[in-house]
Amino acid sequence: MRFGIVVNEGPYTHQASDTAYRFAVAALEKGHEIFRVFFYHDGVNNGTRYTVPPQDDRNLQKLWSELAEKHGLDLVVCIAAAQRRGILDANEAKRQGKDGDNIAPGFRISGLGQLIEAGIQADRLVTFGD
Amino acid sequence: MSDENRKKFLYINRKAPYGTIYALESLEVVLIGAAFEQDVSLAFIDDGVYQLMANQETAGVGMKNFSKTYRALGDYEVRKLYVEKESLAERGLTAENLMPIVYEDEDEDYAEKPSLIFVDRSEMAALIQTQDVILSF
Amino acid sequence: MGTLHTINKSPFERNSFATCLAHASAGDVILMIEDGVVGARKGSSFAPALAAKLSSCAIYALGPDLAARGMKPEDVLEGVKLVDYAGFVDLTTEKARVCAWL
Repeated sequence: MRFGIVVNEGPYTHQASDTAYRFAVAALEKGHEIFRVFFYHDGVNNGTRYTVPPQDDRNLQKLWSELAEKHGLDLVVCIAAAQRRGILDANEAKRQGKDGDNIAPGFRISGLGQLIEAGIQADRLVTFGD
Repeated sequence: MSDENRKKFLYINRKAPYGTIYALESLEVVLIGAAFEQDVSLAFIDDGVYQLMANQETAGVGMKNFSKTYRALGDYEVRKLYVEKESLAERGLTAENLMPIVYEDEDEDYAEKPSLIFVDRSEMAALIQTQDVILSF
Repeated sequence: MGTLHTINKSPFERNSFATCLAHASAGDVILMIEDGVVGARKGSSFAPALAAKLSSCAIYALGPDLAARGMKPEDVLEGVKLVDYAGFVDLTTEKARVCAWL
């Protein structure tokens, strides 16, 4: 089966990203396909490479990035939500006149249409939030 | 887009506006989603009914008043806004406390028709059972 | 096929639990995850409402979330079944749609 996953909260404050990650891993282990993981609201904060959690804690951004690399996942950060919260890729940083970008490996910034498309293309859309 | 490619999208709104960003960012998805020509319904349950309150004045909290956008949804072919009667009653609200929201029916000489559909809890539960995709805010 | 409903908030914190129970139809599945598992505890003030729903819906709690909060399987209301993340995935495939009560 083909899944779309929506992550609506950032890492650490809420468990949403952890649960979504574990759900994604379990789905992949069962042979399901993940069409896209869409990060919305504060969920865009999962996509900054500048997070530095303590060494004895999980690094959610790295977990997502590694999962994306291993399975070719499409991790999409909503552009409108990202702009509000200071998540930028190189193009956006240049366009907005900012002095650097912070998007993490495996994540890409795109529009809300990607969420709707995930709803259309996936057999099940599963939301994790607050 | 052919009907078989159309999915039923239900946006469930359960939070009041302004205290959190969910109402505003839900609306942003609805507006973008309209371009995909899906079969869209919005549900207002629990504190979500506060998103539709008439007379929202946000100058005092320094935030953008986005309540007018709900009234423009008809122009985006978003014409089914389901409001749960029990959620209103529990909060001491009635339909009269909400903004009038209408759309123009092109099949009937652009007559204005109400977009707000007041349903009870069991009807809302039945609506959920007919959907393909549910987005929760 | 019905709906899989997820509840991720404690019934003591939000009304997600009550609203979910009020909107789940007969034959649906309810899964408590994250702080939602607080609502699965035997003897809590919400247990009677959950027990009543068991006659029309299958109810599950996510085991790892129970364990993380110091609860054992025997602490859960009788009739509530436990799943792991793989079981969570299975529940989503068995139902036609997923509705998250946040």
